[in-house]
Amino acid sequence: MSLNQLSASEVSARVHAGELSAREVLEASLAQIRAVDGVPGSLDQKPLDPAEEQKVHAFIRLTEDLACQQADEIDRKIAAGEDPGALAGVPVSIKDIFTLQGIETTAASRILWNFKPPYTATPVQKLIDAGALVLGKANLDEFTFGSSSESSAFKPSPNNPWDPSRVPGGSSGGSTASVAAEEVALSLGTDTGGSIRQPAAFCGVVGLKPTYGRVSRYGLMAFSSSLDCPGPIARNVSDAALMLQVIAGNDPKDSTSSVVPPSNYLETLKEGVKGLRVGLSPDYSHLFYPDFETGELAMETIQAEISQAVQHAASVLADLGAEIVENVPLPNAKYSIPTYFVVSRVEAASNLHRFDGVKYGYRTPVDVEDLQDLIRRTRAEGFGSEVKLRILMGMYLSSEGYAANYYQRALKVRAMIRRDFERAFDPHGEHRLDVILTPTTATTSFKRNDVFGNTVRMQYSDQMTVSANHAGLPAVSIPGGLDADNLPIGIQFIGPDFREDLTLRASYAFEQATQGEAWRAVRPVVLRQEVTK
Amino acid sequence: MSISKISPELFHKLVGLAALELISAEGAYLLTEMNHQLSSVNALLQVPLEDDIQPTLHGIECQGAGPRADAWQPFPTPGEILAGAPESEDGMFAVPDVKGAK
Repeated sequence: MSLNQLSASEVSARVHAGELSAREVLEASLAQIRAVDGVPGSLDQKPLDPAEEQKVHAFIRLTEDLACQQADEIDRKIAAGEDPGALAGVPVSIKDIFTLQGIETTAASRILWNFKPPYTATPVQKLIDAGALVLGKANLDEFTFGSSSESSAFKPSPNNPWDPSRVPGGSSGGSTASVAAEEVALSLGTDTGGSIRQPAAFCGVVGLKPTYGRVSRYGLMAFSSSLDCPGPIARNVSDAALMLQVIAGNDPKDSTSSVVPPSNYLETLKEGVKGLRVGLSPDYSHLFYPDFETGELAMETIQAEISQAVQHAASVLADLGAEIVENVPLPNAKYSIPTYFVVSRVEAASNLHRFDGVKYGYRTPVDVEDLQDLIRRTRAEGFGSEVKLRILMGMYLSSEGYAANYYQRALKVRAMIRRDFERAFDPHGEHRLDVILTPTTATTSFKRNDVFGNTVRMQYSDQMTVSANHAGLPAVSIPGGLDADNLPIGIQFIGPDFREDLTLRASYAFEQATQGEAWRAVRPVVLRQEVTK
Repeated sequence: MSISKISPELFHKLVGLAALELISAEGAYLLTEMNHQLSSVNALLQVPLEDDIQPTLHGIECQGAGPRADAWQPFPTPGEILAGAPESEDGMFAVPDVKGAK
C-alpha cells in the first residue's frame, strides 16, 4: 500500500509514533498530484492535449511552500516530544471558498482572481492547528453555484477520477476529486444544498454536512447564509469523524455557530446499529421535475441501481440488528428544490452585492464615467453567467409585489419540510427514527457538458440532499456500490439535530459490514496503474 | 394551469437594479433560464400550507451566543486590507467620482 492510500488516522498515528515523517507524507502527496492532477485551473485556459483530458484538475492553486513549512514544524514537534495534533502530517485540500491569510482565495471567480484575504477561516485554522498539511485550494463551481463544478471560471474544471469524461459533481467537486484520486486524505468542503454530499456520491468518497451551526462559517464566503455548512470529505467514515471532531465547535466570530458541545464522534463510532431505528421514505424514491409550460411537477424514477443500493444497505443494517421502518412520510420533500430556488437565490443576491471592484479583487480596466459605471462594468466582466442568473433571480423573487407569493411562501414551506423531519424523529411519535436512509443522488455522475447550461436540470441533481439543508439537519453520504459503468453510488443517512454521531454510526456499520463486497476492490480509473504510469 | 413569465422589460429593469451589464446573447440565455426556474418555483403556489405554519429563516433555531457587542474593534493590520484594494489613496479606498457629487 502506498502512503497516499493510508487513511488520515493511519497517517497521524504513524507520524505520532515516529514511523513516518510529515515530510515523507508530503512528498508522496505531491508526487501523486504530479502524476494524476495535470494543470491547475486558470483564467486563461489553453486547449488541453489528450493526456491532460484524462487528468483530475482538482486544484486552482497548490500551496506547496506552506505545506513544506507545516510539515517541517510537525517533524520538529515530534523530535522535541511535543504533541503535533490529531491530524499530524495529514495532507488536506481546502475548497477555494475558505479564506487563507495571504493566499489567493478566488471562489473560482474572476472577480476575486487576485484576492489575498487578511485572515484565515476558522475551520481552516482548526485543521492547521491540528497539524494538517494544506496542499492547495480546490476548484469548485463559481461561488459554489452549481452541481458539477463546471461553472468555475478557472479552467479546466475538475474531472471525475472514476471516469475523467464525467463531472465530479459540485460544488465541492475539486475537493471530492482530490480525495478520491488519493492526492490528499481529507478535504474541507461546503454544503448549501448538497455540495458536499452530491460530489462525494459521484466520486465514491464520504462527505458529511453537519448540523447548521455545528461548524463555524467564519471565513467562508457566503452563498446562502441560512443554509451554508462547512464539512469534512474523506475516504472512510472514521476519517470523516476524525475531521469533524477537529473542526466542530462554537466560534464567537460566527453568531450562528452553536454553543451545543460536539459529541465524541470517534468514541461512539463503533457502537453498532443494534436497536437503531432506520427509516425509509417513499418520498425519496422519485424526482419531481417541473413542466416548463404548466409548472406542474411530474414524477421521474431514479436510477434503478441506486434504489437497489439503498435496499441493500437497509438489508445489511437489518442483519446487524437495526430496525427498518418503511413508508415514513416526508411529503414536502418534493418541494425542496422550488423552495431552494427561492431561499438560496434571495440570500445569494444579497450576499453578492459586496463585490463591486472597490475594496478588493477585480476592477474593470476600461475607462469609466463614474462610480456606478465602474461597479456595473466590474460586475459584468467579473461574474460568470450562473452568478448573474442567481443575482437576478434573487432580486426578482424578493422584489415588492412578488415577495409575498414567493419568498414568504418559501419560508413557510421550508418550515413544513422541517416539520416532516421533526415528526419522523420524534421519540414519542409514530416512527421514532434515529436516522433516515435515502439515496444521495438520483443518478450517478453525468458526462461533462451534458447538463451544464440547463440550470433547472442541474439544480434537480440536488433533490435528495437539499431537504436536510432546509431543515438544518446533519446528513452524510457514503459509498454504497457501483453501477454497471463502474461509477460510484452514494447512499445518505440523515439524522436529528446535532446527532452526527448517529449518522456516522450507521455509516460505519455499513462500511465495515460490506468490506468484503466485490465493488470495494474496484479503484478509480486514474488510479489504475496503466493510466498513472 | 398557465403560469406567469418574466417579461423582457422587467428583466432589463432587474439587470439595472442588480448593477450588471449583459451582452445580448447572455441576456437571452439568462431570461430563458429565469423563466424555466420560475416554472419550478411556481410549484410552491400549489402547496397546501398548514394552518399554523410560521415562516422560518433557519431550519434549526440558532443556538449561538448571538451577535457580538456593537462596538468598534480596529483591525490589527489595515495596511493588509488596503494592499488588496484595486486602488487606494491616503489610507483610503479610491474610486471615481460619483455622478452629480461635487
